[in-house]
Amino acid sequence: MTVAALDAVEVDYAGRGRALGPFSLDLPAGEITALVGPSGCGKSTALRLLAGLEQPTRGTVRRAPGRGETAVVFQAPTLAPWLTAQANVALPLELAGTPRSEARARAAEALGAVGLPQVLSARPVQLSGGMAMRVSLARALVTEPKLLLLDEPFAALDEITRRALADDVLALWTTAKPAVVFVTHNVEEAVYMASRVVVMTRGPGRIGGDVRVDAPLPRPPGFRVTPAFREHVETVSGALAQGMAA
Amino acid sequence: MNAALRVIAPVVLIGLLLLAWEAACAALRTPAYILPPPSAVAASLAADAPTLLRSAWNTLAMALAALAVASLLAQALALAVGLSPILERAVRPLAVVLQVTPVVAIAPLVVIWAGIDHPQRAIVALAAVVAFFPIFSGAVTGLKSADPDLERLFDLYGATRPQRLMRLRLPAAVPFLLEGHKVAAGLAVIGAVVAEFVAGSGGAQGLAWRILEAGNRLQTAKMFAALAVLGVLGALLHAVLNVLERWGIRWWRGR
Repeated sequence: MTVAALDAVEVDYAGRGRALGPFSLDLPAGEITALVGPSGCGKSTALRLLAGLEQPTRGTVRRAPGRGETAVVFQAPTLAPWLTAQANVALPLELAGTPRSEARARAAEALGAVGLPQVLSARPVQLSGGMAMRVSLARALVTEPKLLLLDEPFAALDEITRRALADDVLALWTTAKPAVVFVTHNVEEAVYMASRVVVMTRGPGRIGGDVRVDAPLPRPPGFRVTPAFREHVETVSGALAQGMAA
Repeated sequence: MNAALRVIAPVVLIGLLLLAWEAACAALRTPAYILPPPSAVAASLAADAPTLLRSAWNTLAMALAALAVASLLAQALALAVGLSPILERAVRPLAVVLQVTPVVAIAPLVVIWAGIDHPQRAIVALAAVVAFFPIFSGAVTGLKSADPDLERLFDLYGATRPQRLMRLRLPAAVPFLLEGHKVAAGLAVIGAVVAEFVAGSGGAQGLAWRILEAGNRLQTAKMFAALAVLGVLGALLHAVLNVLERWGIRWWRGR
């Protein structure tokens, strides 16, 4: 079953020309797809199309999820500084009309699930970068989305934190198995996170490669040093290099 | 630099300047109506303390009333403008014209409208005109200052217009509103003093009138005493507003 799909979409921006396409992508339910590509290839534009936040200039976007069933995690935690962590996480529910007490209770649960049961009343400014990103993740998961879109969510974090978060995202994914799109420019991260890595060419982005990663998700310990992992990283890197030259 | 030294330094400088002033007056034998020595100013300050304090309170009360009026009008208009971009286009030039017109130039008109018997009303109105712009400008900027990704999040979850305003744009504007009110309060005091000068009437009994009155009688020491009170009033107000702004920010951001 397809959760969302881009069908030969093209996006032109006034003054900048074409940013994306023609580009097609099908997102089956329960699958994690990574989008890798050089800066300016239109990864984030593709993500916004999938989220329904933007319309393509040409082509069609098909989306199954209804209101509140799509969640986005941005590069920055994007938390409201005037709200506590709990209120930030409860926000999507409250916007959808969930009663305040129920929304707060589910927010507390979601914060527990991302490993932060102790920060309910903390403000974003009091959190570390990694913790703030986890709160952002909790906010995305609290609505139990069918489609989870992650736009370079770990880009601003240190290596240890991003590895820990990568494993946590995969662990969280196993409970409800939403379709996930993970945008990154880090090839190893893409191979680690996704069962399918879609490589984009330099902007305006088109498909430069489509690599399946056949290994169990979440990843077993030591997956990064297995020959299979290295092989996939090389394949994706090769496609990426070709796409940048094209 | 330790804390004690930081407090003492400005006090020492002021003390030295006053000493030099006193010594210069004694050495040059300047007439007291041109430049009285600080000791004479201090004596006048002590003798007229009740009148000066009452006048300072009148000036402060008028400035605060003006601030309240300006705050209400500026925020209401900013909200209206925030909801309608076309209204913003319409209002902007007028607001700018209002801001760049010197308050002394419109004061005579306002004094006429307020009626010769009600100089306080004219003073409050003029000080409010001066205090209006920083609050309006801060509010308009603040309402647009929300993180664009947070705006996208509100799109994503299908937020209604009122939800977006109450839960995103208004709270995001708080730091800008605090800053706007801080600047506006200082301007309101200046506006109240300038307006009282222009009104040129004793009806409002503010500090400007004390200065005018003493000047007309060549009581120069009393002019300085009123100026000193005005300076202290301004500095105290500034300090209080700084503290309020810091508290406000801490409440808003949690640190």
